[in-house]
Amino acid sequence: MSDEETLAIRCIVNGEEVRAAVSVRKSLVDWLRHDLALTGSHVGCEHGVCGACGVVVDGRVVRGCLMLAVEADGLAVETIEGATRTGRVLALQRAFFERAALQCGFCTPAMILQAAEFLEANPNPDRKGVREAISGNYCRCTGYEAIVDAIVTAARRHRV
Amino acid sequence: MSKPSAYGAVIGQPHPRFDSRRLVSGGGCYLDDVNLPRQLHAAFLRSPFPHARIDSMDSAAARELPGVAAVLTWHDLADVCSPFQCVTKAAPNLVSPPQYPLAPSEVTYQGEPVVLVVAASRAVAEDAIELIDVNWTELPAVSRLETALEVDARVHEGMSSNLAWRTEITGGELTALSDAAALAVEQTFSFGRHTGVTLEPRGIVASWSNDTGGLLVHASHQVPHQLQLHLAELLSVPLANVRVVCADIGGGFGIKMHIYPDEIAVCAASRILGRPVKFVADRIEGLVSDIHAREAITTARMAVTADGRIAGFDISHRHGIGSYSVFPRSSTAEALSSIRSIGAPYRFAAFRAQVDVVLQNKVMSGQYRAVGHPIGCMITEHLVDKAARARGEDPLAFRRRNMVAAQDMPWTNPAGGRMFELSHHACIDKLEKLVIADEVRSILENRRRRGEVVGLGFAAFVEFTATGSEGYGRADVPVAAVDTVTLTLGPQGEVRASASISELGQGIRQGLSQVIADAVGVALKDVTVVSGDTGISPHGGGAWASRGAAIGGETAWRAGQLLKREILTVAAAMLQASPTELDVRNGVVCDAEGRERISLCEIARTALFKGHELPDGINAQLTVSHQYRRDRDPFIPTNGIQASLVEIDRGTGLVTPLKHWVVEDCGRVINPLLVDEQIRGGVVQGIGEALLEVCRYDSAGQMVSGSLADYLVPMAAEMPDIVIDHVQTPYSGSTLGAKGAGEAGTCAAAAAVLNAINDALAPCGIEIASTPVNPVNIMSALRGARAR
Amino acid sequence: MKPAKFTYLRPSSLSEALELLHRHGEDASLLAGGQSLMPMLNLRFARPAVLIDIKRIPGLSGIAIGDGVVSIGALTRHFEVAGSPIIRDRLPLVHEALRHVAHAAIRNRGTFGGSLALADPAAELPACCVCLDAAISTASLSGFRSVPASKFFRGVYDTALAHDELISRIEIPLPPDGWTWSFDEVSRRHGDFAVAGIALGVRLAGDVIMESRVAFCGLEAAPRRLAPLEERLRGVRVGDRIAIGEIATRLADHVHPLASEEYPAFYRIEVASALLQRVLARTSEAIQ
Repeated sequence: MSDEETLAIRCIVNGEEVRAAVSVRKSLVDWLRHDLALTGSHVGCEHGVCGACGVVVDGRVVRGCLMLAVEADGLAVETIEGATRTGRVLALQRAFFERAALQCGFCTPAMILQAAEFLEANPNPDRKGVREAISGNYCRCTGYEAIVDAIVTAARRHRV
Repeated sequence: MSKPSAYGAVIGQPHPRFDSRRLVSGGGCYLDDVNLPRQLHAAFLRSPFPHARIDSMDSAAARELPGVAAVLTWHDLADVCSPFQCVTKAAPNLVSPPQYPLAPSEVTYQGEPVVLVVAASRAVAEDAIELIDVNWTELPAVSRLETALEVDARVHEGMSSNLAWRTEITGGELTALSDAAALAVEQTFSFGRHTGVTLEPRGIVASWSNDTGGLLVHASHQVPHQLQLHLAELLSVPLANVRVVCADIGGGFGIKMHIYPDEIAVCAASRILGRPVKFVADRIEGLVSDIHAREAITTARMAVTADGRIAGFDISHRHGIGSYSVFPRSSTAEALSSIRSIGAPYRFAAFRAQVDVVLQNKVMSGQYRAVGHPIGCMITEHLVDKAARARGEDPLAFRRRNMVAAQDMPWTNPAGGRMFELSHHACIDKLEKLVIADEVRSILENRRRRGEVVGLGFAAFVEFTATGSEGYGRADVPVAAVDTVTLTLGPQGEVRASASISELGQGIRQGLSQVIADAVGVALKDVTVVSGDTGISPHGGGAWASRGAAIGGETAWRAGQLLKREILTVAAAMLQASPTELDVRNGVVCDAEGRERISLCEIARTALFKGHELPDGINAQLTVSHQYRRDRDPFIPTNGIQASLVEIDRGTGLVTPLKHWVVEDCGRVINPLLVDEQIRGGVVQGIGEALLEVCRYDSAGQMVSGSLADYLVPMAAEMPDIVIDHVQTPYSGSTLGAKGAGEAGTCAAAAAVLNAINDALAPCGIEIASTPVNPVNIMSALRGARAR
Repeated sequence: MKPAKFTYLRPSSLSEALELLHRHGEDASLLAGGQSLMPMLNLRFARPAVLIDIKRIPGLSGIAIGDGVVSIGALTRHFEVAGSPIIRDRLPLVHEALRHVAHAAIRNRGTFGGSLALADPAAELPACCVCLDAAISTASLSGFRSVPASKFFRGVYDTALAHDELISRIEIPLPPDGWTWSFDEVSRRHGDFAVAGIALGVRLAGDVIMESRVAFCGLEAAPRRLAPLEERLRGVRVGDRIAIGEIATRLADHVHPLASEEYPAFYRIEVASALLQRVLARTSEAIQ
């Protein structure tokens, strides 16, 4: 398309190898959403503040709007779709569902991925710790309390 | 014997939302997830100045950029599109000039769209915009509300003044404002302009088909039928040829219920190009082009009698609205709502409010969650606390004495607010118990003894919900106050509903499912509700003014009862029984002894496939429709009271809300899980209003809070847990008795926080009456107090 | 918003990167963690013709300890530094400061060297480097040099880095025994840029401050140790709230505070003053 500079990359997305020529200025989250139709990650600000674009790269949550797609070359990327398929975040998803820890749902995929990373390192969190862990994920709908409840519940269930 | 599916089996139950399942898995379909074949992408060249004239423009280089399909100005759109103008009988003589989807020559707000570039990608469109050479002449800008009526500059060139509309609202015995007053408390308030910041930005995909002469629009929008109507009118397309589809919406809060010039321009562009055009407002342009709200300056005086009763209010209110009154509902609605909610929880004898609605060189202001109520509540509850303090009495005692008692209603107050079926005293009693249970007083005492600056604040409120047809109807603004629900019983015994409400994440589809399940007598899992698509959903109000349960829910109930009657008529004929002896429970028709006789599945299949088996004269009508309009009460008032406990750091001036309580009465609660979370979300927006959120402008009128690094929204680490309880006083004018609930949290949260801050600072002699309260102001005040 | 076009280059060796940097000069930006560059690219505030992604260069990442020095490769990510037992045990100031750096997702990508090269006045790590007398090693085609932190941070987004230089490594001398370190900051919300932050070290004899090192972030255009303040603290009992309060109120004498419309100079000084008192009070409580 037009005069976009592209680069051939090869990476693993949700466990499957993907080879593509990507526009070098395209962000990772835009590439995932529009080229791979993985629309579960969302774009809310494009300057790294709202957190809605969270995806997992080489095992760690990153802002998908602050990474170029070409930077994912050779790396493993996981989106909410992949995490759902493997069941890795099932406890959180169940807890969010039951506790009504989402309303419009736009922040939810990234919120769940972020919470999962936090719980892995902090299996027995207190509410303050949970609030700090998600302090980089903007939610306009819930006021956060139900999200904190759901994360604490998921942690408790996982420990049992 | 199965549980009777009479009224109340699932209504009132805290069922999680069916839609949540796919949303937690990333299965939402938001606007930017919609991609149509051959679609192009839009970006706008927007005015960088609050006020300027376009002298000349050279877009040749932009047009020639590879990947650019069109570079459009108003000149290019004028053949297919009309300008629009806010006209409302609710504000006669409103001054608001015609507004163009692309500004032709004069720009009157920073962010106003001027040129629309359509290209193969958003990135290329932005590249093209940089190649457009515009010669601007900057014009003097009207920015600060304090001086907007006093300066020489005009918001639009050639206007005689910057006043959009002026009105006075009076009621009762005005002499009571002075004669009876033993005490008068007065305050000048300044409320900061802020905005909704939906996490999903606005967006639209417009697809014009030359084949059909029709427009298909996907939009992140709260009121699909409204958008459909105005697109048809502005683009001169028959209504039947316009379809608006609103799937999942990533937050609305009122931001997405207005007609935006850029969205209209995109539709016009699609018509011109004969291809789909997608526009997603990114955050930077959203912050300057989404409607703003709440900018006001109010001087308010409350007269109190010797025995501590509120005599009346005398208000001088200036409301800033931007350079146009928002189309079609008018920015004046927020000013009126602010005024009408002053004093609303209380009895008083006199009311006078002089209201100036003022134009500014800023983006339009519009209806944003709780529209005006937060302002009226902050004014009222601050004055109430001030009076209590002056009288040396407990703030709750003062409120109790003055709240409208249940037995004194119905009552219309001097501001014109009609109060009925409210429960102020029950709510304040419940709140006091909650606060006592949490040992708040001793927390306060202990912390104060340690030298900490802590405060407890209360805010009672009345919210006017579920606007009836008088609201916009009398104003001659075509806003639907009715809702419609169509129900069909399908061949698996499932009930499919098509409803005119809009799902924004608040859970109204879930609520309606529960209502329909009980109304018909089926299991919740057998009910599906679709909405948001003018091609499928019947005409109705969408989502605004907390109308979903009160209007949509009632519609669904009545439609469900209609369907049940039809089902029983058919069943009675098939069973040779009388319909009055039968009932529907859990998807099965049962007789008077509770025996299951015939399933809804069988009834449906008979009606659809074996109609000849039905007795003569039975023509099964297993699709029903009901359109509901409330035939009394222009609004359904609700009430509640909130409390906030805050701590102020002496060293930094930072305010931390430690805890928050809400007791509110929204009548019959259809789903307490979802209502409570709506309240929590609303409270946090109100806390944002009190402490963080403001659109800041520099001395040249440039908006300087142009990104989320500058425009601060509440994040999880600073927000408190929120305790919620309810009183349920059903609305007597409907079967369900549900009232509006979605905005209650936002109505009073800022007021409660502001009162808590003032409670904390009162010992220092500091009073804060402007929002947002920022730590620098608090530090200045603390330093000033120390100096004294 | 989407970035303006750029050419993307991905050198696989240091010499290749330095060559590119030299050739493209001011037309090039370095892409490391991207957490500060990407927002600027997305908003078109930065429009380099060339983006040089240096993440493939070997040897620029990792934490090592030896010869009395902790060596942190410039490309080491914040989360790696935060999780390092060496940092936790030997450079507790840095460990504590990292808790305040943005949010987890940013720390997963952002790099130590990137934070220093940006030199945002509110950034935590430059203040720590200054407090700990770090040495910042750079590389260019002309050679290698080491710049002491006290000379590296010159002003707002202004460092001693030449345009064809990149940071390769940061070397922090192991603090001698007997020092207690604290970092704290005040921000509007958790993870926001600091209105002011303090990096503090004290060497106590009993409860008396024998020596101290104090540097603020967010207070001035660039972080630096405040020698006059450190002098004033000498001999003061760490629990002497009155004396420390007195010293804190004179903070304005020693600094040239940043001022913005949102956070005027007086406010930053108030906050810095409160922070100084707070961390010393906490240190006092800890030794009791």
